[in-house]
Amino acid sequence: MKLGQPIPTVVGRGVFVPGDDIDTDRIIPARFMKCVTFDGLGAYAFHDERFREDGSSKGHPLDAAAHAGASVLVSGRNFGCGSSREHAPQALYRFGLRAVLAPSFAEIFAGNCTTLGIVCGVVGADDADAIGAAVTAEPGAVLTLDVAGGRVALGDRNWPMALPASTREALLSGRWDPLQELAEQAAAVSRVARALPYAAWTGLDGAEVSRG
Amino acid sequence: MGRSLYRKVWDAHTVTTLADGRTQLFIGLHLVHEVTSPQAFAALDELGLAVAYPQRTFATVDHIVPTDTLARPLADSLAEGMLAALEANTARHGIAYFGVGDARQGIVHVIGPELGLTQPGMTICCGDSHTSTHGAFGALAFGIGTSQVRDVLATQTLALEPLKVRRVQIDGALGAGVYAKDVILHVIRTLGVKGGVGFAYEFAGSTVDAMSMEERMTLCNMSIEGGARVGYCNPDATTFAWLRGRAHAPTGTAWDAAVGAWEAVASDADAVYDDVVHVDAAAIRPTVTWGINPGQAMGIDEAIPTASDVPASERGTWQDALDYMGVTAGAPIAGTRVDVAFIGSCTNSRLSDLREVARHVQGHKVRDGVTALVVPGSWDVARQAEAEGLPAIFEAAGFQWRQPGCSMCLAMNPDKLVGDQLCASSSNRNFKGRQGSARGRTVLMSPVMVAAAAIAGEVADARSVFAGSLGDGASTRGGEA
Ligand code: SF4
Repeated sequence: MKLGQPIPTVVGRGVFVPGDDIDTDRIIPARFMKCVTFDGLGAYAFHDERFREDGSSKGHPLDAAAHAGASVLVSGRNFGCGSSREHAPQALYRFGLRAVLAPSFAEIFAGNCTTLGIVCGVVGADDADAIGAAVTAEPGAVLTLDVAGGRVALGDRNWPMALPASTREALLSGRWDPLQELAEQAAAVSRVARALPYAAWTGLDGAEVSRG
Repeated sequence: MGRSLYRKVWDAHTVTTLADGRTQLFIGLHLVHEVTSPQAFAALDELGLAVAYPQRTFATVDHIVPTDTLARPLADSLAEGMLAALEANTARHGIAYFGVGDARQGIVHVIGPELGLTQPGMTICCGDSHTSTHGAFGALAFGIGTSQVRDVLATQTLALEPLKVRRVQIDGALGAGVYAKDVILHVIRTLGVKGGVGFAYEFAGSTVDAMSMEERMTLCNMSIEGGARVGYCNPDATTFAWLRGRAHAPTGTAWDAAVGAWEAVASDADAVYDDVVHVDAAAIRPTVTWGINPGQAMGIDEAIPTASDVPASERGTWQDALDYMGVTAGAPIAGTRVDVAFIGSCTNSRLSDLREVARHVQGHKVRDGVTALVVPGSWDVARQAEAEGLPAIFEAAGFQWRQPGCSMCLAMNPDKLVGDQLCASSSNRNFKGRQGSARGRTVLMSPVMVAAAAIAGEVADARSVFAGSLGDGASTRGGEA
């Protein structure tokens, strides 16, 4: 079974997509979710913000030549609200993004990101604007997100960056994909299942231990 | 010190504490649909893992099904591919599947409760954020991503952090023409779309106690729109009466044991909450959205907020919403022309929703130029509605009666907005492009308000349009099978 690698830092150029409450329907419109694999979703990240109905470019920051290859997205409050679709972080990941900096994140989105090894760093609202302005002014400048130290640096400037303690721990230890650890507990899982009040009428009493 | 339902259910399902400090939580019921599961099954296969507890996973298809035909293969080959993948995956792993043509098929959040799969005291998850709907039964129910669907399939557990619990105490009687949908839009408008981040919402108080199960489902359904991943109501006699006799509900002596366990799981009278807010039901008016998130909502008789009504931090989103919706700050929303009227979705497509609308539209006619759709949430709802003669009432009033599915709620099936059409919708999300056109506009409201908009041809106060049937508290709120 695969195990993640520790992610102590994310180093890369930034791109600023300003706005609060950017929802997952904007990150990946539902019509692009008709797929049985996540491959190819990157092309549709922020599709309707980037392209007109005739397919021509609206000149979105993600399409600016200066930002090509950027790996850190900077945005506004409540980033990733709406649906639980993992297609949203998958689209960002496949677009080439490895971290998002924002003043706050929707919970399901942030959890989905962590499971993929995408760092969702929480920065102050003014700091998000400052970082956004800095990467817009200097698209070639490299951001360093220090997961352990809890800071974002750009040249000689730096800002505090918060992560939930368990997320930080998961990223640093390489356990951001929890599957293996969950699977190791099969016997304890079975004990909990059999003790549930509803075990008797849901087939959980005497439920078999994971065959995985 | 008493415990909340959230805490009791969490504790009963806790397996262990993981190295990063998260809790490994057992999942009592896992619901699966075609959109968020194929990649999870693929990951399972890649790792060579089996489904650990196939008896606790149930699958259906809802997002991509057309609402005018059941013919296979589906005209949309991508949709057909997803359907075929779900059929193959469920068959291979021995998972119960309510597919196209099965009498039990429907929107996943409608059929879970309908089949009695959803029960108090359970942990329930699904790769779908409106899984919070099932919290109406006193379950701890929440949406998950596809990697987590994989985790549940492989281990029947998840790595999670507990939420804080906010009691949303709603007291008083709702006025005529005011429904559970208005209550939740009002709550989201008051607490904000991010107000619930980090919280589970416990909906309580005399208003909630008086609600039917279907109304409670509408309430919990949209807690995620307020940022709360979990919303729930404490189970009571209404809950038990609704569950009794359902296909997967316990029977005989198991039923009595179940009721005892369900009563015990309700929040203790002295339970401790992280936060408590009070809502006065009498102050809630028929509520509609005017913008591009569900918190941008207003009473039907209010004016669209002006810059000075909006905190500086929200002004960007406010301006964006005005521009996108083509509405004017300070103007009423009533009178805004409507192109499409949609009654459906896991928020408002249950039998009581359809009965209530049918009661009011009799003798009225949908305005020329408005496309009006009624889409039942499941085949069970459709059958019961048909037995009561509801489709004939809708059709006589100019509505199309469709087959069950998610339909216009999101753009994954043939029912979509075109261009910048404006839709009066009983669904739950008014995000940009949500209903299938990158410029399409959505105004969320209760099903009765949608019907009023269809008939008036514009956003309208149902209390005026249906003055005859809505006067003097004549509403039959709460009536259901
Ligand atoms: S009706 Fe809408 S919100 Fe509900 S499950 Fe379907 S797409 Fe999701």
